[in-house]
Amino acid sequence: MNHRTALLVAIVIAAAPALAQETGTLKKVKDNGSITLGIRESSYPLSYLDDKQQPVGYHIDVCNRIVDAVKAQLKLPALKLQHQAVTSQNRIPLVANGTVDLECGSTTNNEARQKQVAFAPTTFVTNVRMAVKKASGITGLAQLGGKPVATTTGTTSVQLMRAHEKGKGIDFKEVYGKDHADAFLMLETDRAVAFVMDDNLLAGLIVSSKSPADYAIVGEVLNVEPIAIMLRRDDPAFKKLVDAAVIGLMKSGELDKLYTRWFLSPIPPKNVSMNFPMSEQLKKLIKAPSDAPAESFNKK
Amino acid sequence: MNYHWNFGIFLEQVKSGDETYLDWLITGLGWTLAVSLTAWLLALCIGIAVGALRTTPSRLLALLATAWVELFRNIPLLVQMFLWFFVVPEFLPRDWSLWVKQDMPAKEFVTAALCLGFFTSARVAEQVRAGVGSLPRGQRDASLALGFTLPQTYRHVILPQALRIVIPPLTSEFMNVFKNSSVAFAIGVLELTFQARQMQEDSEQGIETYLAVTLLYFICAFAANRGMAWIEAKSRVPGLIARTG
Repeated sequence: MNHRTALLVAIVIAAAPALAQETGTLKKVKDNGSITLGIRESSYPLSYLDDKQQPVGYHIDVCNRIVDAVKAQLKLPALKLQHQAVTSQNRIPLVANGTVDLECGSTTNNEARQKQVAFAPTTFVTNVRMAVKKASGITGLAQLGGKPVATTTGTTSVQLMRAHEKGKGIDFKEVYGKDHADAFLMLETDRAVAFVMDDNLLAGLIVSSKSPADYAIVGEVLNVEPIAIMLRRDDPAFKKLVDAAVIGLMKSGELDKLYTRWFLSPIPPKNVSMNFPMSEQLKKLIKAPSDAPAESFNKK
Repeated sequence: MNYHWNFGIFLEQVKSGDETYLDWLITGLGWTLAVSLTAWLLALCIGIAVGALRTTPSRLLALLATAWVELFRNIPLLVQMFLWFFVVPEFLPRDWSLWVKQDMPAKEFVTAALCLGFFTSARVAEQVRAGVGSLPRGQRDASLALGFTLPQTYRHVILPQALRIVIPPLTSEFMNVFKNSSVAFAIGVLELTFQARQMQEDSEQGIETYLAVTLLYFICAFAANRGMAWIEAKSRVPGLIARTG
């Protein structure tokens, strides 16, 4: 046996266990016999609780398909599925520290977050716009000068509004809700004339409000944000499995069916439809799946 | 844990430019101090008055003071904030209501300071009442027998002693004001907790953010503690209270 053959044998011996055994998330899931999904309780209709307090929604369905792929790869059909509610504040630390294996909420994929976590291919695209009362006659951001405009504390919308203000020289009076429901309440009670937020969340809040016909989503798009399932960074084996599962849904047309089910048909708890057709950006992303961050969508 | 640490984040520019994250935290600290100190001033003034009234012989005044204490002590602070901010304006006449909701200057700050002040005043009042109650009954009787009126008795005899006795619980209350001021983020005051949420969303360095904010709250509360300890030492009357250490 010459040196080169010896080296080759050594490499094969060293690599063999690595090929046979899972590492990272897959190993953890196999050892524990369970996988934990991070869910949001009111990210309508991506991930929310129905009237029986069960997590449902478009991204929950996508995650369930990914879990099926994990079961198939690990040959563990009895894998236990656990749910953990997460919030905007704790979702990234909970994914990073291993509490949550897949976050199935409404998380924007951006460059700052890619330093902490990885994302599956984008499965939803949201546009940051504003909701107004139809009676106010407001149709564009330029009409908001000197008026109170609501948004939710700790969201990217706050910064987008400030950046727009600087660029266009419009002076908003910013008011902040603790969460989306509070911020919508500000619009409802005339504390604010507009509420700036992701358009699907606005549509969800309007549909579930007392008088949906009074509100409209109007004005220019402040930002385009790709929303995706979140997983741990530096875990290539798991990332590959998740990507393949999501791309599989896209190629087979199943993602379109899920989209139609959650955005264009009556859904719980009120059995009304969001009536929110698929955007051109998402159609493109289904043809050419990508996990590129928001920054690449908003290059100016 | 698979976390990307970055303690240099505080000196980095925020995404929309112009400022650093440290500037955000400093603005937040400013509002936290403004809300807390205003609320504390209110709480002391109202609390001492209400607490003293609860110990007077007048049934009516004592009843009103008791009602104040029970109202503000039995409702959670967060609920009180929402009540004053969202609910009360709905019962005003339409023009006033719209003025309060859209044009009133610094409405978030005013609501938060009043609300936190009233909430804390109920707790200060209970401590003042306890302080007055702990004085020997003879103090009041002797003072009245010497020809002091009841208000003079309170002003010159009872309150100067009672307030010295209750400095330690008041110290806790002063520290609580700083900690409770964090609830003001819920109605949109741009204080420390609000800025922490913004910073964590913008930078994704949540652990560093909350470490810094924890430290800032600690410094505020600890400064209040040391300040009150100084006042306690300065105002001590030898023989009035046994020294405990």
